Amino acid sequence: MAVVVQPRPGEPGGIAALGLHKSFGEVRAVRGVDMTIGSGETVALLGPNGAGKTTTIDMLLGLQRPDSGRISVFGLSPEGAVRAGLVGGMLQVGSLLRDLTVSELVTMVAALYPRSLNVGETLAAAGVSEISERRTQNLSGGQSQRVRFAIALVGNPDLLVLDEPTAALDVEGRRDFWASMRGVAASGKTVLFATHYLEEADAYADRVILMARGKVVADGSPTEIKGKVGARTIRATLEGAREMELSSLPGVSTAEAHGEAVILRCADSDTALRALLAKYPAARDIEVRGGTLEEAFIELTTEDEAPELGETPERAGLEAAR
Amino acid sequence: MTALAYARYDLLRVVRNRRFFIFSIGFPLILYLVIAGSNKDKTIASIPFPVYYLTGMTAWGSMNGVVSGGGLISLERSLGWTRQLRVTPLPPWAYMASKVIRGYAMAALTIIFLYLAGLAMSVHLAISGWLLMTGLILVGLLPFAALGIMLGHLLTPDTLGPALGGISALFALLGGAWGPLGQTGAFHDIARALPSYWLVQAGEAGLTRTAWSSTGWIVIAVWTVVLARLAMLAYRRDTAKN
Repeated sequence: MAVVVQPRPGEPGGIAALGLHKSFGEVRAVRGVDMTIGSGETVALLGPNGAGKTTTIDMLLGLQRPDSGRISVFGLSPEGAVRAGLVGGMLQVGSLLRDLTVSELVTMVAALYPRSLNVGETLAAAGVSEISERRTQNLSGGQSQRVRFAIALVGNPDLLVLDEPTAALDVEGRRDFWASMRGVAASGKTVLFATHYLEEADAYADRVILMARGKVVADGSPTEIKGKVGARTIRATLEGAREMELSSLPGVSTAEAHGEAVILRCADSDTALRALLAKYPAARDIEVRGGTLEEAFIELTTEDEAPELGETPERAGLEAAR
Repeated sequence: MTALAYARYDLLRVVRNRRFFIFSIGFPLILYLVIAGSNKDKTIASIPFPVYYLTGMTAWGSMNGVVSGGGLISLERSLGWTRQLRVTPLPPWAYMASKVIRGYAMAALTIIFLYLAGLAMSVHLAISGWLLMTGLILVGLLPFAALGIMLGHLLTPDTLGPALGGISALFALLGGAWGPLGQTGAFHDIARALPSYWLVQAGEAGLTRTAWSSTGWIVIAVWTVVLARLAMLAYRRDTAKN
């Protein structure tokens, strides 16, 4: 049951979720999620498909009830916060009602909120002023998405939740969307957005919560997450080195050798580099590179998956072939 | 207040959807003009044919309007729109109310067009007769409003058309909207237990200027309560799923 939790001291008006669990039959979609989001923060919920992002968001919005765990949205239950008009949501799936103009549809939604924004200004903020008199059935995918954004925005909510807002968009559409989003985040709203585009989380969030297989596997600034995994890569040119020997160097997690080119993925690149030079003084063209969020993501999520997938025959065959 | 503001735009959508508008009002209207026109001087069950058929077609048409209002929930649910509304402060009852308002607006338009057609067929009722008939029709539509909301939560958009059409037609047929099913016998007894029968009887009330018997009021009340209860269960079952 979702019950009210007192906001933490120093975080009035924040969002807190504690020990969330949610199963659909056999599928354990969310398996113990804890998260707190401070007022005014822009947080990315990052993870692959099936990580439990949408289920978590649905619970924060009161669309799903957790099997166990507690949620507080500005000191209220999720349903209470929605009823008070404190929440605006842009859900992952959804079309617009037809036979209305963009401006009429947004006005219709504005009427539902107690302190909604001026419709004209909202349309401008969402970048849909030019199409405000067009019927909703005659919009492109990118335009519809920005109208849905205007719908989430027009109620002037304190918390804005966007579930993969750019999933269906092309590169240009994504750029336009985030351009309109930037002003909103700057206006002091609390924003939670789910994405599986790492560059979006990196570029637009103050903080990244990484989810995999129904759990939070990392939580911090994009830089902190990279630091936590320490996924730096050393590249070097080196003759006659064997992968086995390289991977046993201190600080190295995995090693690849393609002829003379050597790639070392490191948990501790400083130690690894010293050990490499001590053992192979001939190593040259050395390059140490900080890991991308993409690499952090793969490392964190595959670590978590390994024990359970280990038993499957396909996986065993794959291991044997290596 | 919010329900009204919301319903206003919902109504605008009906008027703009010309095909829906024309078909749902045009069909009973054309049937009335053709069939009542060719039986102008006959009587059914001691009621002048144009009067009987006027209430028959009005009952059927307005019933369609009200049921389809609720049926739209199914469509909006499949679009993901009802989910979107669930993250706004609009309470579920207000959403359903907007669909009932929309259904009644369609019914009102049907009633107006058919009354005009009735006047053209020289149907003459006293003013109080018209008012009583209209009032009874509006009350008699209540169970169908609940039926629409129930079906809107149970059906998918691809089954919606045939299901709503079929159910309305069955109620209309058994209630005697397309012609009486005899004054005695099993069908007559069944008919008297149906809300659509009493909708049609609103026409006789218009002529005699006496409202339904107590049986009529009870039948309408029981159907309204039972269908509203079923609609509520269908709503709960539907929202529990997602």
